[in-house]
Amino acid sequence: MTKMTKEAALKRTLETIDTSETEASAADIAAVVEAVMRSLSGDVSVAEFQLYHELQKLADYIQSAKREIAAIRPDEIRATHIPMATDELDAVVGATAEATGTILDSAEHLEKIAGTLAPAPADEVRNVATRIYEACNFQDITGQRITKVVRALKHIEEKIDALLSVFGDGAKVPAAAPAPADESHLLNGPSMPSEANKQDDIDAILANLK
Amino acid sequence: MAFDLSTNVLIVDDYKTMLRIIRNLLKQLGIENVDEATDGGTALMKMHERNYGLVISDWNMEPMTGLQLLKEVRADNKLKQTPFIMITAESKTENVVAAKEAGVTNYIVKPFNAATLKQKLAAIWGDF
Repeated sequence: MTKMTKEAALKRTLETIDTSETEASAADIAAVVEAVMRSLSGDVSVAEFQLYHELQKLADYIQSAKREIAAIRPDEIRATHIPMATDELDAVVGATAEATGTILDSAEHLEKIAGTLAPAPADEVRNVATRIYEACNFQDITGQRITKVVRALKHIEEKIDALLSVFGDGAKVPAAAPAPADESHLLNGPSMPSEANKQDDIDAILANLK
Repeated sequence: MAFDLSTNVLIVDDYKTMLRIIRNLLKQLGIENVDEATDGGTALMKMHERNYGLVISDWNMEPMTGLQLLKEVRADNKLKQTPFIMITAESKTENVVAAKEAGVTNYIVKPFNAATLKQKLAAIWGDF
């Protein structure tokens, strides 16, 4: 291929990428880099040599990144590890819900027994039942925390999909999710204990708003 | 407002465990006429079918959240006077402010205890 033919081919490739609706894939970029390098022949100036050198480094970097990404098996993470983690967390929610149900059954049974006792021990038993009801709050809180983790896993899964698209068959990279509208930013679930407002804080905020 | 133990109370939460806990705590306080709903839409439907003296609702539910339910209640001439307590794990200041602006009567952060629930009921109805 003559130098002019090579340059025409490179120009066509660049035009194709420029007019394409999809983002250029890593393979496209590597092909262009290689074409540019092939076109550099004959008398090469220092500037052209530096450009050649930088392009060579860029091509090497892309190839290295592709190898590293392939080595961590993103397809396996998406296909196996994330679904397994999600299933395991779902099982935790199910098991805690079942256990909490059994605990509540027992607390309600205690209350029934309290009805057959003298006033003093009956009150004591009812207080125990109350403490059990209060402690069972945990099932809701842990359930919401696990939901947050599952949501984070799904986010990671989406990022892996995007990565596979870029380094796969040139599939389009999914558009970024739209910014949350309306009140969805208020749905965060339980905060970490160190960051959460306590009931006294909530009461103070409400009082200041009156 | 005078407290009447026969008052109908509607509790709304998508976690059945929480519905059961709140129902039991209310029962210990002598409040036995308690209905349940697992989302805001169902709660609104029930409120149109029966008069409730109090709604106790979670925030984080689908498809209608507790905040949306509160706004629907406050926008409805027939329902807007109903006392509304939000019980939620959403403890950020912006949540409390949003709920207050929507017309919440009181706000309880999860995990909560029986004393807090009783205190918030007393704030609405007076001591009992």
